[in-house]
Amino acid sequence: MTSIAQLTVGLTDLVAAFLFMYGLKRMSSPVTAPSGIFVAGIGMLVAVLASFLYVFDVGAAARPFLITNIALAIVALVLGGGIAWWAGKRVAMTAMPQMVALYNGMGGGAAGAIAAVELFGTKSPETTPLVVTLLGALIGAVSLSGSLIAWAKLQGVIKNPLRFRGQRAFNMLVLFATLVVGGVIVAIAQGAGVAFLSTTEFIYLFFACALVFGILMTLPIGGADMPVVISIYNAATGLAVGLEGFVLENPALMIAGMVVGAAGTLLTLLMAKAMNRSVENVLFSNFGTVSKRKGGRIKGSLKPTEAGDAGIFMHYAKSVIVVPGYGLAAAQAQQKLYEFVKLLLAAGVSVKFAIHPVAGRMPGQMDVLLAEAGVPYDLIFQLDDINEEFKTTDVALVIGANDVVNPAARTEKSSPIFGMPILNADQAKQVYVVKRGEGKGYAGIQNALFYADNCNMVYGDAAAVLTKMIEAVRGLGVKAAA
Amino acid sequence: MNFAIHITGFVAIYIFMLAAFAGWVIIGGVPAILHTPLMSGSNFVHGIVVVGGMFALLNAATVQEQIIGFIAVLLGAGNAAGGYAVTRRMLAMFQTSAHVAKHPHHTRARRPRAS
Repeated sequence: MTSIAQLTVGLTDLVAAFLFMYGLKRMSSPVTAPSGIFVAGIGMLVAVLASFLYVFDVGAAARPFLITNIALAIVALVLGGGIAWWAGKRVAMTAMPQMVALYNGMGGGAAGAIAAVELFGTKSPETTPLVVTLLGALIGAVSLSGSLIAWAKLQGVIKNPLRFRGQRAFNMLVLFATLVVGGVIVAIAQGAGVAFLSTTEFIYLFFACALVFGILMTLPIGGADMPVVISIYNAATGLAVGLEGFVLENPALMIAGMVVGAAGTLLTLLMAKAMNRSVENVLFSNFGTVSKRKGGRIKGSLKPTEAGDAGIFMHYAKSVIVVPGYGLAAAQAQQKLYEFVKLLLAAGVSVKFAIHPVAGRMPGQMDVLLAEAGVPYDLIFQLDDINEEFKTTDVALVIGANDVVNPAARTEKSSPIFGMPILNADQAKQVYVVKRGEGKGYAGIQNALFYADNCNMVYGDAAAVLTKMIEAVRGLGVKAAA
Repeated sequence: MNFAIHITGFVAIYIFMLAAFAGWVIIGGVPAILHTPLMSGSNFVHGIVVVGGMFALLNAATVQEQIIGFIAVLLGAGNAAGGYAVTRRMLAMFQTSAHVAKHPHHTRARRPRAS
């Protein structure tokens, strides 16, 4: 029975690993992507069902617990899976970044918990698996607590980045302490006698240090850097899962974990590149606390205009490019935006959406929000594909975006965002900026675009502004019909 | 016959190396428009950790191991189920102009829900 169970588990894991890779491959195009996740889902389902066959292969010590363990497993699967499924089905699209952070933290926590069972369970293991287990435990625990902090920040539970003097040195100290405790655990396993704490206590200390490090590392990072942070923790959890897969001698975990680790790393580098910053800079520089820029140096003035006038102007334009940013998500105005855009399209205006790689709070968040509103994805263009078109466009409509259209990134060497590729919205003949107030962007710097001669400000909540624009344009139609 | 899998150091490193390359190449081809579903999808894939949790829980021989194993399966199952649910939802929304024109009443746009 044992070998049949082993053969079945081995084969299903092989099938699962194949389906994951194939599913991810299919996710590289919007056309095949829905079937891609479905394929990967089948892989997950068979792997989980087959994992019950482990009951035929348990050690002698675990036999008396088997019935209880099976019951616990079913309860855990139904409870964990059920709640997460329910939450995932009903969460608002605008809250997606924190949801992904949360699920990711759960994966890291699971990897850490598996490592803990291994550490507590085996009394004198070999050094290599022990070191790998500890490494997976460290990465998993950091990913868990770090993701929870990221969730709290995105959810608005933690409002401001926490920063203090010598923070970086302190964080490094905590990491160093974690590694030392890990080293002690390895030394004990090799027979070294350490008097003042038991092995169990050292293991608890190790996890405590790792969890604290994850919290400390994430606290100082600002909201707009979250795309990079979520991406890093995604890669980290993948890596932790892969390492625990090695310890459990499960190639499916190894492959799935490492594929995600590599994918997350690549995505992280892409995000950092889009901001023209290194990953290290995102994690460790206190960006956002940069001293307030001398505002007086910018020529021109802010020219507020009425939402209705702006709407009518766009109705008579030939071409409009919409630049959405986090403000659109915050105002949940994506449906209103598409409603307005549909009116423009019906009037024969050419409308396109221009998406900056780091707009929003996770990579590609704007694309998802627009898709949710029903915007066809062939109207949505990425930075490199559309940037040349601003020059020949009548109107650029900037909604809730700031730093990603700041011309200072092109011209001003002293600016903290200098060198970041931006959307050339300032090159359009007319620019409308929809913004809640006169505040600065995340980077704390003035935006010369707002003061430019071809730019008008439309103040107000994005949803309210768009409603007025829709009413104004509809009003035109009514008058024409009358 | 014995079908237990044993993975030694070098074999593990080869598996890791090839898997990392595969991940890099597969994801390298994904257009930026799909970055969020992709991240959520890869998030789902590392939910396979639930299988490791099952192994740990079913082999638990002490109450401590049972508790930690239970947490592992609970969190892993949440990772997998939640990751799948949100990725499906996101991907179902992507559609072309042609599709919208053909099925004007089938638009998958949903009313925003209170968060």
